Amino acid sequence: MNKHTWYKTYRPYISPMDPCPPIRVKRYSTPPQLYVGFQPPGLEQFPALAALKAGTLWKCFYDPYYSMKEIKKGERE
Amino acid sequence: MWVYEKKLQYPVRVSTCNPTLAKYLIEQYGGADGELAAALRYLNQRYTIPDKVVGLLTDIGTEEFAHLEMIATMVYKLTKDATPDQMKAAGLSGHFADHDKALFYHNAAGVPWTATYIQAKGDPIADLYEDIAAEEKARATYQWLIDLSDDPDLNDGLRYLREREVIHSQRFREAVEMLKEERDRKKVF
Ligand SMILES: [Fe+2]
Repeated sequence: MNKHTWYKTYRPYISPMDPCPPIRVKRYSTPPQLYVGFQPPGLEQFPALAALKAGTLWKCFYDPYYSMKEIKKGERE
Repeated sequence: MWVYEKKLQYPVRVSTCNPTLAKYLIEQYGGADGELAAALRYLNQRYTIPDKVVGLLTDIGTEEFAHLEMIATMVYKLTKDATPDQMKAAGLSGHFADHDKALFYHNAAGVPWTATYIQAKGDPIADLYEDIAAEEKARATYQWLIDLSDDPDLNDGLRYLREREVIHSQRFREAVEMLKEERDRKKVF
């Protein structure tokens, strides 16, 4: 089911005259609901307790967001 | 009518004393794409939408109030023990002058909530597209709040809230699919 990535990146134009150190790669979110359409029957579920924690019963919709800071610190699950 | 359960939808934990975070979080309390706006938008639109999606708007509108309560709890925990000087240092002196520690429906920049943030067009597709957009904007707001926050426990709650916006957006998208379905057209196999 997870044939998509939930994040995409692009490289903005960097001017030699920019005042701040450039951020060369920008990231944006393209979450699961953009790809599923009407939810088909029989999709894989989390067990009840894990679902309450995740915020969804459906594995295909689980897309936890971590800041770049958290990702660098290795906090991403 | 509603039945109230005296507990939060998801446990709210805050691990650091950081009233500045409260200033940012208030965006989801009384901001344009916040939980109050969401709840009031859906619970109002539901009267003039086809029957088969009324229940969805009721359910999601109700859940938004549960989210509002979580945000309120976060803000309250982050500010309840702050001194006036700490409030000032957090950029909350304007808020303190008007409200002390009381919560109020305004955004992170102090602009009070207004009904002009929401719409009820009476056209089911226009209203559902607004709702989808509102969910994506709320999802984005949670991303920026997670980016701003250094509090792992708080971020856990914010990630949960963002995930719910993902699901809400999905369900509103399905509502559009239901309303545009061409039931009357003969299917030829
Ligand atoms: Fe929502």
